[in-house]
Amino acid sequence: MKRYIARRVSYCLLSLFLLSVTIFFFVRVTGDPATLLVEPGASEADIAAIHQQFGLDRPLWVQYGIFMVSLAHGDLGQSFYYRMPVMELYLSRLPNSLLLASVAMALSLLIGIPSGILASVRVGRFWDSAGKLFALLGLSLPSFWVGLVLILVFSVYLGWLPSSGSGSALHLIMPAFALGWYFAAAHMRLTRSSMLEVLGSEYVKLARLKGLPQSLVIAKHAFKNALIPVLTLAGINLVIMVNVAVVVEFVFAWPGIGRLLYEGVTFRDFPVVQGVVLMGGAMIVIVNLLVDILYAVIDPRIRLES
Amino acid sequence: MSIQTELIGLPPRSPSRFASLRLGDFPLIPALILGGIAFVAIFANVLAPHNPEIGSLTARFRPPVWQTGGSTQYLLGTDQLGRDVLSRLIFGARVSVVVGFTAVIFAGVIGTVLGILSGYLGGWVDQAIMRVTDTWLALPAVTFAIFLAAIVGPSMWNIVIILGLTYWTRYARVVRGEVLSLKEREFVRLAIVAGCSKWTIMRRHIMPNIINSAIVLGTLMLGVVIIAEATLSFLGIGVPPPQPAWGLMLSDGKQGLMVGRWWLTIFPGCCIMLMVLSANLLGDWLRVKLDPQLRQL
Repeated sequence: MKRYIARRVSYCLLSLFLLSVTIFFFVRVTGDPATLLVEPGASEADIAAIHQQFGLDRPLWVQYGIFMVSLAHGDLGQSFYYRMPVMELYLSRLPNSLLLASVAMALSLLIGIPSGILASVRVGRFWDSAGKLFALLGLSLPSFWVGLVLILVFSVYLGWLPSSGSGSALHLIMPAFALGWYFAAAHMRLTRSSMLEVLGSEYVKLARLKGLPQSLVIAKHAFKNALIPVLTLAGINLVIMVNVAVVVEFVFAWPGIGRLLYEGVTFRDFPVVQGVVLMGGAMIVIVNLLVDILYAVIDPRIRLES
Repeated sequence: MSIQTELIGLPPRSPSRFASLRLGDFPLIPALILGGIAFVAIFANVLAPHNPEIGSLTARFRPPVWQTGGSTQYLLGTDQLGRDVLSRLIFGARVSVVVGFTAVIFAGVIGTVLGILSGYLGGWVDQAIMRVTDTWLALPAVTFAIFLAAIVGPSMWNIVIILGLTYWTRYARVVRGEVLSLKEREFVRLAIVAGCSKWTIMRRHIMPNIINSAIVLGTLMLGVVIIAEATLSFLGIGVPPPQPAWGLMLSDGKQGLMVGRWWLTIFPGCCIMLMVLSANLLGDWLRVKLDPQLRQL
C-alpha cells in the first residue's frame, strides 16, 4: 500500500513538474514576453529595462529556478495589470468559482441521476430515448451558446432573470444550467450504464426472486451500488468545472477564476494566465491522486497490481 | 459481424475493412447535414449572395426576411456592420470545416504516432510518452488551448496547431492500448521471427490494425474540436475578425442580445449545433460498426 501510494505521488509530482516546465517554456519559446509589455514602438533601451526588471536577461534555467523557488513559497508572481500578487487575485476569485461549480454540480446530479435511473429501468422505451436525446444535446451544444439562448429567453423576452453579474441566487440559475448541462449528460450516461450493470447482477436477481417490489429493488439494492462510480466522477468533475467555466463566466460576467483567466488573456497579463493554468492543473492532478488512493484503499486488487 | 464476435470483443475478421458495415441503420440525416456543410464550405464564393466581410452601414441590424423590416435582399438579416448574416454563415462553414478537419487530422497523426511508438517500443520511450500524456490530461483541454492561443496570437492556422497540440492525448491513450494487445498477436511475432525491422512491423502490421480506432476517434473528436474553435473565436483569441467564423459571429451578436437581435445569436449557434450533433451521431454509429472494442468508452 505504501509503495503504491509512493509511486502514485511520484507520478503526480512528475506531472506537475512537466506542467510547470511546459507552461514556463511555451511562454518564452513563442516570443519575448517583454515585447508584449511595452507600448508599440518602444526603444531598445525600454525593452532592455523590462528584461532587467523581470529577470528576463538571465539564462533560461536560472529564470526557471527562480520561478520554481517562488512557486514553492506560494508566489505565482505579480500581475502586470492589477499590480498585485497573482495568488491573492486567484484566492479572491476562487470562492465565486466554487459557488458556481457547486450549484452547477447539484443541478447536474439532480437531472442526471434520476433520468439515468429512469432510462435504465425503461431501456429502449420512451424515457430512454428522451434521456439519450437530452444527453446528446448536452454533449453537442457549446455551453456558451446555451448561456446566450437562456439570456435571450429568460432575461430579454420574459424578464425573469438577471442577464449578468452576481450577488443573488437568481444570478446563479442560468450560468449554473449552462455549465451543468454537459455534466448532467455525462452523469446521466454513467448512471444508466452503471445501473444496467447492477440490475444484471446476482444480488439484484436474488432480491427480485425474494419477491421484493420493483421500487424497493431499484431504490435499495441497485441504486446504492450504482451510485459509487457516479459520485466518483462527480468529485473529479467538480474540479474540472471550476476550471472549464471560462466561457460561461465570460457570458454571464461572473467574477470567478475563469473570468480572471479571460482578463489575463485580453490584457496579455502572463503571470495571471500562467498562474490560473498551473493552479488548475495542480487541482486536477491532486484530485485524481486522491481518487486513485481511495480506490486502492477500497479495492486491494488495485494496489497489488504490478 | 456476428453476435459471437461482438460478445467476445474480438475485432471483426471480415476481408475488407468496410465489409462489416451494414447500411440498414446508417445515420442518413447526419451524413447529409455534414455533406451539405462541406458542400457549402467548398462552394461558398458561389453560394453566398453578398461579400461576407464588407457590409453597407445603411443596412445595419436588418431582421430576417419574415420579420417586419426585413427584406429579401438579406434573407437572414444583417449584423452591426450591415454585413449579410447568411453570407457570413456560408463562409463561416469554410472556417469550421477547414479548422475541424485539419486539427482532427493533425491531432490524430501526433497521437497515433506517439501511441504506436509508446505501445510497441515500451520501456523508457513508453514511460516518457505516457508521462507527457498524463501532464497534458491534467489540464482541461480548453484551458490549455486558451493558454496557447494567448501566447501565439489569433490566426486560423495557429488555431489548427493549438487544437492539434491540445487534443492528441486521447488518440495516444487509445492507440497505445490497442498496440499493447496487438503486439502479442501471432502475426506480429511471426513478423519478428521473419526478421522484419521494428519500423516495418509498426508501419505494415500495427498501423493498418489501429487505423479503424483512429478514424472512429477522429469522427468523435470533430465535434469537440469545432466547439473548441468556436469557443476560442467567441473569446476573441481564435479566428481574427473580420473573417467570418461562427464563434466570432456569436461574439459580435452578444452586444445585440439585450435589445432582442436574436438572429445574430440563434443562427450561428444552430449551425454549430447541427455540425457537432451530426459529427457525434456519425461517430457513435461508426464506433459501434467499426470497432466493438471501443463500445465501452
